[in-house]
Formats: sequence, C-alpha cells, structure tokens
Amino acid sequence: MNISRRHLLILLPAAAVAWKYVEAGTPEASPNYQMSEHWWGMLINIPKCIGCGNCVRACATENDVPDGNFRTWVERYHVTDTNLTTPEVISPDGGKEGFPVAQEDAGKYFFVPKMCNHCADSPCTQVCPVGATFISPDGVVLIDQTYCLGCGYCVQACPYGCRYLHPTKHVADKCTLCYHRITKGLTTACCEACPTGARQLADLKNPNDPIHEFLKTHPVQVLKPQMATGAKAYYYGLDGSVR
Amino acid sequence: MNGLKDAGHLFRFAGLFVVAFLVFLLVRGYVVPKTFGQYGHYRGAAIGEIAQHPVKFAGHQTCEGCHSDIADTKTKGAHAHVNCEACHGALFERLPAPAQPKGNLYERFVALIVPPAPPDAPLLLHADDPATVTPVKPDTLVLCARCHTASAAKPKGFPQVDPAVHMGGVPCETCHNPHSPAMGSDAAASPATGGAK
Repeated sequence: MNISRRHLLILLPAAAVAWKYVEAGTPEASPNYQMSEHWWGMLINIPKCIGCGNCVRACATENDVPDGNFRTWVERYHVTDTNLTTPEVISPDGGKEGFPVAQEDAGKYFFVPKMCNHCADSPCTQVCPVGATFISPDGVVLIDQTYCLGCGYCVQACPYGCRYLHPTKHVADKCTLCYHRITKGLTTACCEACPTGARQLADLKNPNDPIHEFLKTHPVQVLKPQMATGAKAYYYGLDGSVR
Repeated sequence: MNGLKDAGHLFRFAGLFVVAFLVFLLVRGYVVPKTFGQYGHYRGAAIGEIAQHPVKFAGHQTCEGCHSDIADTKTKGAHAHVNCEACHGALFERLPAPAQPKGNLYERFVALIVPPAPPDAPLLLHADDPATVTPVKPDTLVLCARCHTASAAKPKGFPQVDPAVHMGGVPCETCHNPHSPAMGSDAAASPATGGAK
C-alpha cells in the first residue's frame, strides 16, 4: 500500500483522534457479570441487629467514607409504651462505635440500620440536572462523580437522608451497594462485617436467592412507602415509630 | 423566479442556521461523552468505573482458603456465621501513590482551573501478600465487649454480660476461644491460634 505525503497528512490527525479513544479504553465490569441478570436489594432484619456498629465501620473502611458522613448508619429507637409518634432516637457518630448502655425501663428499644434504599423510582436521580446520578440496569443507584457538579439537589431530594456532599471531592456521595464487590460475586462490606446476619444482600432477579422465600413467609416493610419510591431495602420487624 | 429575486438574504440567513447547527453538532459530538445515553440519561462507562474500585474486605471465602483449620473450628461453635472480617477487619495496607503523568498542555491547563482529585493509593491485601501485610491480633476486651456488653437495648436472646462483673479485666480468650466461644466445647480455652495451613 502506497501512502503519499498528502494522504499521510490527512491520516495523522484522524489516527491521533482514534488513539485518544484507544488510550482511554472502555472500563469493563467483571467479565462474568451480566447486569441484565441482577436486580439488587437489601434485607434488614431488625430483631437481629445488636447495634455494634460493625457495618458503619466496615462501610467507612471499604469506601473511604469521610468522618462525620455516612453511607450507612444505625439508629437506636426508644419507644415508651403508648407513644409511637415521638420516639427517642439516637445515633452517636452514626452508631460507628456502638451505643451507650441502656437501662431497663417501661419502653422498648431496637436498632434500625439505615442506608440507601436503592429505589427503583428514586427521587434523587430524577432531580439531577446533568445526568450524574442514575439507577443502573441491575438496580443500584450510583453517582458518576466525574460528572457531578455538586449542586446538592439530590441530597435534598432523598427522602431517607442517604446522600451527602463529599467534603473534599465536593460532589455528591452515597452508598453504592458496594457495586465494586457485588459485581465480583462478593457481598457488601456491611453484610460481610455484620456478626448477626441482620443485613443480607438480596438479588431479586435470582430465583435461588433466599430473599424470595423470606419475602413470601415474613411480614416486611420498606421505609416511607407512602413516598412511592420503589425502595428495595426490605425491613423485617420494622416498628411503626420508625420514620 | 421573480418572487425569489429579493430572497437572497433569506437564503444567507438559512445558511447561517445550517452552519450554526453543524457547529452545534460538532461541539456536542466532542463534549458529550461517548457512552452518554448507552443505558439512559447518564454516562454508561461510569458503571464500569465504579465497579473497578478496589476491594478491601476480602470476604470470608478468601480467608477460609488458607485458614481452613479456623474455619473448621468455627463451624462447630456459636460464631459459625460470624465472618472473619467482622472481628479481624479488612487486612490491607496502602502503598505510596504512583507519580501522576503531567498530561498534555490542555490537560495541564484544565488542572490549573479544576485541580484533579488525588489518585487513590494502591492497596496491598493480606490475602495477596500475607508475609508483608500482617494482621494485628484484636484485643478481646475491646472486641468482644462491642457485641456482648449487656444493654437493655439489645435483643433479649442475644448473649450479653456486664464486663465488670463477668471477667473483671481478664481477657476473654483466657476462658473462651473466640472462634468457638462456648466453654466446655473441645475448642474452648485453647488459644485462638492462627496461621495458614
């Protein structure tokens, strides 16, 4: 093949543009992972939670969550006998180092781990003005932090308070359901670290996932169902006082 | 064609529109990322980028690959379903970040206006290099107390003790093997030894 100087001069810029895309590459998820085969959610078993804070610490370690911000946190509810509307709720440092010892009294206590509900119809993704946050084809609400402007609309829109503005990156940040782990066949860091199995990753598209049997045989609830967010964090044993 | 005799300015104007539209398409083609719109109104490649974040908690299956003796001890006891890293934590070290290439003139100009985020330090996991990244043995007085300190807030069936009364400063592993904590079981009161088989 003969290439004249003229042709070479025409080809070079085209090759330069092409090379830019070769260098950039296309990041691939795990080779054996098919997004279309999964629909992720979470099962949270409140009677099993002991408020140890393992999940909060594990999440912070795994995802470099800055101090004072939380992708997951644990709240302790104290409900007196007759008063469901104004429970006493504490979450010291997100429950990261556990909770103060509670004394027996007339009320009841329980722990509520909270995290992104990975809503199928999430308000947070709908308000993003630039398309930086979205629900992935496998049902995980994610943020493209290279695209996020840090306007904070999504932080306001989340009815569950699951988002925050990263103090040094100045972009929105939230639970990714450990997307870098679940696409490799691992469970999330919070589930891995939970000593009592109070949190279980659930693949709602996998017919063999024990979540289906659990949902069939147990009463479960999502947070703020009246918001019609399509929340996929299913709570077992959720008390009416939890908001 | 008399009707179009004085319409030259309209054609010039239409031409301007066409040129402006072509310029718009050209600029749009350059600034909109290639994978934007692949799955929806977002950059499709972001999913792959997020999936590439480094894993720190190796997962109990990884631990059990080498520490099968501990896994055997655990299956007999009350801590059978407590994963290794629930107590031992994620065992990894951060390596020094590699020097970033300076980039071309344009990239350096952009970096002046928008300073890029510092690159993530590469990680070395205990599972990848057990000789270099060595675990610290957890202090059972702190570790066990996190879950087992008695509190009215905890579920009633969960084993709880008042640390001051129960052991009075004696480390828990003196009597209990953390991997199989029941006293009197064959594994109890033996030191919680580790080490890969």
